[in-house]
Amino acid sequence: MSLLKVEGLRKSFGGVHALKNGQFELAAGSVHALCGGNGAGKSTFLSILMGIHRRDGGKIWRNGELVEFSSPAEALASGIAIIEQELSPIPFMTVAENIYLGREPLKRFGGIDFRAMNSAAQKLLDDLEFDIRADQQMASLSVAKMQLVEIAKALSHDAEVIFMDEPTSAIGEREAQHLFAAIETLKALGRGIVYVSHRLSEIFQIADAYTVFRDGAYVSSGNLADVDRPALIGMIVGRELGEEYIKTNEPTAEIGLEVQQLQSPAKIADISFQVRKGEIFGIYGLMGSGRTEIFDSLFGLDPHSTGRILLDGTAVKIGQPSDAMAEGIALVTEDRKKTGLNLTDSVRGNIGLASLPEMSPSFVMRRREEAAAAKAMIERFHIKAARDTMAVSGLSGGNQQKVVLGKWFLRNPRVLLLDEPTRGVDVGAKREIYRIICDYAAAGGTVVMISSEIDEVLGMSDRVMVMRGGRSAGILERTEANAQSLVHLST
Amino acid sequence: MSDVNGKPAEGLMGSERRRLLIQEYGIFIAFLILVVVLSVSNPYFLTAGNISNVLLQTSINGVLAIGMTFVILTRGIDLSVGSVVALAGIVSASFATTSATAAVSGAPYPVFVPIAVGLAVGVACGGVVGAIVSRFAVPAFVATLGMLSAARGLTLIYGNGRPVPALVPEFRWIGTGNILGIPLPVVILAIVFAVSWWVLTRTRFGRYIYAVGGNPHAAKTSGINVTRIRFSVYVISGALAGLAGMILSARTGSALPQAGIAYELDAIAAVVIGGTSLAGGVGRVTGTLIGALIIGVMNNGLDLMGIQSYYQQILKGALIVGAVMLDQKRNQDA
Repeated sequence: MSLLKVEGLRKSFGGVHALKNGQFELAAGSVHALCGGNGAGKSTFLSILMGIHRRDGGKIWRNGELVEFSSPAEALASGIAIIEQELSPIPFMTVAENIYLGREPLKRFGGIDFRAMNSAAQKLLDDLEFDIRADQQMASLSVAKMQLVEIAKALSHDAEVIFMDEPTSAIGEREAQHLFAAIETLKALGRGIVYVSHRLSEIFQIADAYTVFRDGAYVSSGNLADVDRPALIGMIVGRELGEEYIKTNEPTAEIGLEVQQLQSPAKIADISFQVRKGEIFGIYGLMGSGRTEIFDSLFGLDPHSTGRILLDGTAVKIGQPSDAMAEGIALVTEDRKKTGLNLTDSVRGNIGLASLPEMSPSFVMRRREEAAAAKAMIERFHIKAARDTMAVSGLSGGNQQKVVLGKWFLRNPRVLLLDEPTRGVDVGAKREIYRIICDYAAAGGTVVMISSEIDEVLGMSDRVMVMRGGRSAGILERTEANAQSLVHLST
Repeated sequence: MSDVNGKPAEGLMGSERRRLLIQEYGIFIAFLILVVVLSVSNPYFLTAGNISNVLLQTSINGVLAIGMTFVILTRGIDLSVGSVVALAGIVSASFATTSATAAVSGAPYPVFVPIAVGLAVGVACGGVVGAIVSRFAVPAFVATLGMLSAARGLTLIYGNGRPVPALVPEFRWIGTGNILGIPLPVVILAIVFAVSWWVLTRTRFGRYIYAVGGNPHAAKTSGINVTRIRFSVYVISGALAGLAGMILSARTGSALPQAGIAYELDAIAAVVIGGTSLAGGVGRVTGTLIGALIIGVMNNGLDLMGIQSYYQQILKGALIVGAVMLDQKRNQDA
């Protein structure tokens, strides 16, 4: 009997089908990957099973019994828990308080029995072999450890079915391996894990079975042992895509960007590298290894950094972002929602955001120019938006990322700094972004790309610098870089 | 999952269009309904004299609320405007009075002098607050709360706690004059509104304000000088508070040290009723103007109906909260 079985699940929002036919079956003691691009219906599927949305039709069985949830609490009571992509712990409470939130053990007169709560929480964490103290403040933990606390919390609710929505999107490679170990433990306990991720290499590493959704409908399912990566991608995207990484660029002999002795107190030290025109220079490193801090220094976001930056052989002084932009540097930041986009503004407004002075030489905005620029970028990058005046928050992740790229390409940059350019972007949109990056480099642009996805760094980069503890652990040529060497150098 | 999933542009459906219309113009519709109801229930309401009176009473709050809109759009708040009204009012008045005890030496000066002084006082107060908020990262609530108290104190010190009476007619004209039969404060409000609308919707600076309020981090990484924008909105709010202070003392004929108390609350109310989000980045100065008019019309209508002003305060409170509740509901439906 399966832990969870779903058939014919339907849901529409305002006449638009978000899910037409959700079908799914989860076996005990297994990890089941739920795959699909953005808009495939995964989130809707999850939110129905979590009791957040009511379904329009379809059946759900838990251990063979038909169930219906009208609130997250009911789903949880029936043994379904979720580790959300963006965790929302209560930061200034302890781990134990977070785990037992709302069901704290009480003393005789109604006060909380902290001793009992802490020891219960500690036992839970120890049994799972998590290196976390129950009386620690939640805010003092890394994102990866917060996830582990969420897992412990799910188990404390006696959850048999645990959904994990993009759990590795905000944690590093080494922490991801810890998470996978925890997942193995859960598997051994006979729990079922539904794993949602855009990262196929992870899916192949930890999942036993897969189910693919596309355009709101079930496509196929089976054992992962029976498919290979191209076949799975084919199912997700619905068409043959050919090679995942098609490199069209060829580094020239000319140096576009040179960095000498870049450093910033307590962040990075002794960073030097050269990037040629037409080259894609990858930077790989774990979370906290100083990857993003390099870009902060290059783009004038870190007032304490020192070092020499040369563009086309000329030393430049960069004290704030507008200096960097004036020199033709563009920065696509790591987190498009936090630092890339103005989510309250339209697609058009966001595309123009970094070019406002250029589009208003006499202070007054040239609105026709703004509209034309937005139109040009939407066409160039195939941004799928109903209108350019629609809110950018209504776009899928991939299209939002293309808006950020459009914002910077509008400035015709000489140097493109990309920090995790495909995070949270589905397989189809990823390829388009790779093509955009390659085309730019092929046309003589200089690209520096940070990525924590090993496949991506290896597939895209002409050379890779590996970061460890705020320093460069070495620069590898494309021919000598492989997964082993990256992991070896970065840890 | 409400993303578009790449569907090509299709014509808006009827219900969708209706929803958008209400979202865009809901505040206008509410205002019109209010006006229609009052016109029907009281024949005096729609007379030229009464309309002129309502506009006149709205003008000071309107000017303050427009300045407040700039600040709130950047995720800020300006609690100091009421005190700045009093300070600018009394300092400018001291340059425009014939009273021997309250005047600065040489007063009364030609009318442009007190006007320049009043604006300068507003700009200075806004500049201090703006610098504290933008450079020292003090929350706007705290910084302007400080100015609320400090400016009131300065007002009392400057005038020895006494009013500045006997303002010259040229200065009083700001509050009592007419242009083509329209009261001058109303003309001033119209100009302030038009310029602000133009700045916010048509200029680079306007775009910067929305970007800083919508996402200051994204604005910074897009090369926008967030510090400077934050600073300038408080200067604008201060300057408009200075202007409002002069209108007020010109209307009353003397500058009172206790003028403008709690004016910041009416200004914030107008902004909020007008649909501007306190979270920043979303809102329009047109909404603010309507918001100020709604408050003015409501007070006037209740006066005409002979309802005590105490009840008006309760209704105003309900209106503010109700407007935001509707807004939240709309956002959830969207």
